[in-house]
Amino acid sequence: MSEIKIQIKNLYKIFGKNPESALEQVKDGVNKDELLEKHNHVLGLKDINLDIKEKSIQVVMGLSGSGKSTLIRHINRLIEPTDGSVVVDGEDVLKMNDENLRNFRRTKTAMVFQRFALLPHKTVLENTMFGLHIQNIDEKDANTRARRWIDRVGLSGYEEKYPQHLSGGMQQRVGLARALTNDGEILLMDEAFSALDPLIRKDMQDILLELQDELHKTVVFITHDLDEALKIGDRIAILKDGIMDQEGIPADILLSPKTQYVKDFVEDVNRARVIKAKHIMSKLNGQDRDNAMFVDQDDFIDRFIDKVISDKPNCLIIKNKNNDEIGYLSTKRLSEILKR
Amino acid sequence: MEDFLSEFPELSRETLRFIKKGFDASYRAFSREYGDAIEAVFDPVLYFLVWFEKLLQNSPWPIVLICFLTVIYFGSRKISVTIGSLFAFLLIGIFGMWEDTMSTVSIIGVCTMLSIGIGIPVGVLMAKSERAQRICTPILDIMQTMPSFVYLIPVVMLLGIGKIPGLLAVVIYAIPPIIRLTNLGIREVDREVLEAADAFGANPRQKLFQVQLPLALPTIFAGINQTIMMALAMVVIASMIGVKGLGQPVLKAITNQYFAMGLFNGLAIVALAIIFDRVSQSFGHRIQQHRSGSRE
Repeated sequence: MSEIKIQIKNLYKIFGKNPESALEQVKDGVNKDELLEKHNHVLGLKDINLDIKEKSIQVVMGLSGSGKSTLIRHINRLIEPTDGSVVVDGEDVLKMNDENLRNFRRTKTAMVFQRFALLPHKTVLENTMFGLHIQNIDEKDANTRARRWIDRVGLSGYEEKYPQHLSGGMQQRVGLARALTNDGEILLMDEAFSALDPLIRKDMQDILLELQDELHKTVVFITHDLDEALKIGDRIAILKDGIMDQEGIPADILLSPKTQYVKDFVEDVNRARVIKAKHIMSKLNGQDRDNAMFVDQDDFIDRFIDKVISDKPNCLIIKNKNNDEIGYLSTKRLSEILKR
Repeated sequence: MEDFLSEFPELSRETLRFIKKGFDASYRAFSREYGDAIEAVFDPVLYFLVWFEKLLQNSPWPIVLICFLTVIYFGSRKISVTIGSLFAFLLIGIFGMWEDTMSTVSIIGVCTMLSIGIGIPVGVLMAKSERAQRICTPILDIMQTMPSFVYLIPVVMLLGIGKIPGLLAVVIYAIPPIIRLTNLGIREVDREVLEAADAFGANPRQKLFQVQLPLALPTIFAGINQTIMMALAMVVIASMIGVKGLGQPVLKAITNQYFAMGLFNGLAIVALAIIFDRVSQSFGHRIQQHRSGSRE
């Protein structure tokens, strides 16, 4: 769980005619607006450092123009950075030649796009096999693998349809099947669910989480939706104007926002549905077990809050999977957190 | 001073004559030197053209007609177009224009194949490189606007009168649409789809053949249709430099004021144009059916 899969270091991206000279200005502390006004360059990303752990879901969140889509495109080098490095499995992506880069994209990564980016002249099956065709994998093998993933995302029976005949949600399932068929260890999802209706979006989020339980990919997930970020992310990075404001587990971002921007962002979130017992417990030190309530460490607050209200325990004892007591939570602290 | 304003200051007559003469003389020398060699380059095309024309003219007409109708049916998948074509060809034959029509079909066929064979690669090149586009665009403008008689002069000087000069004239006139529309079609391919191809590690060749050309195909097909129409429009002019076919009787009719003769042959050209157009258009529609409706 703790191995670092993708390491992004001091990454800068400046759009414009002469990014190198603009880079010096940025490093000297010129900000985004000033850079645009005085030097006519756009600051895409500034000094991004991010370690993405293997087999986890890293969410990158920000509003439009925050640079989140630019950031994810640096991981498979669809965009060349102005400065910095991107290391995947110990290998610097930016030092690869064309051939190595293509191989890296073919075998290590797969990407899901906001507007699906399916090939309109190919059927669902052919679209799903696209990555394998690019790798020249033989037809029979490709066919079997593609059908398995089409089935897995719930599109059996649609293999011979064209994307235009499917709804948005179904098209994105094809996009997901195409990415999974590629069988890379890294899944890059660029606002993959943002174009979908809320209900379908929720469906897709559940499918992703369900698949992740089984597949343990390293997922980089871009979104502008905080609820989505909190639901999916093992960790969340918040970008604003190309600068990373905060990075951490969802509970930390909710409970201790570092900047005003993050604070504004998390203000209206229903904490009970995001924070787990283990996030807010304190160390045990001889708490009284009289009238205590026992809670699993991975339970969200809203799973035990009703019982707290009806049973009125003195305190809550947190247990881990092996039923060991690992911490406690006073009702006073609980109500503080919910009131914020 | 008055003179200067009323008369545009021009080169003296002698100078002008000297320039034109020098230009013509050097071109004549060039054509004397290299004419045969250049002609030899076109020999294979000529052989093919002659073979194709003979094939159409010498095969029994019912067989040729059945072949045409089969191609028309499978191209258009429309009974109405096929039956209409049958009547058109029967009328053409009854009015004594079968041989000329076969000549015209053969030269249009070969010109279209040449235009596709040259035009699509050039269009691809233009789409891939801004520089190629900057160079090709003005050349295409010249090809489309320069009166065809003007470029017929050097072609005839170089290669004489005959099929090949006619073929060149037709191709020069008819090739710009397919080049332009191939270029446009490829440039119009959705950026996000191309990015997806990149993200999955497609190399430039895979991108071209699996993504760009298939997606540009409807536009390319519109170009092919235009190319065929323009080739047909050149038939009369090409007949002035010795290309056989429906153009020659038209030319004869103009010089001798034979109205009926001109009309019949003119209508035969129109009939061919309509058949080519309907077939290539419905074929074009069919290959992009995935864009609407289902394939069943």
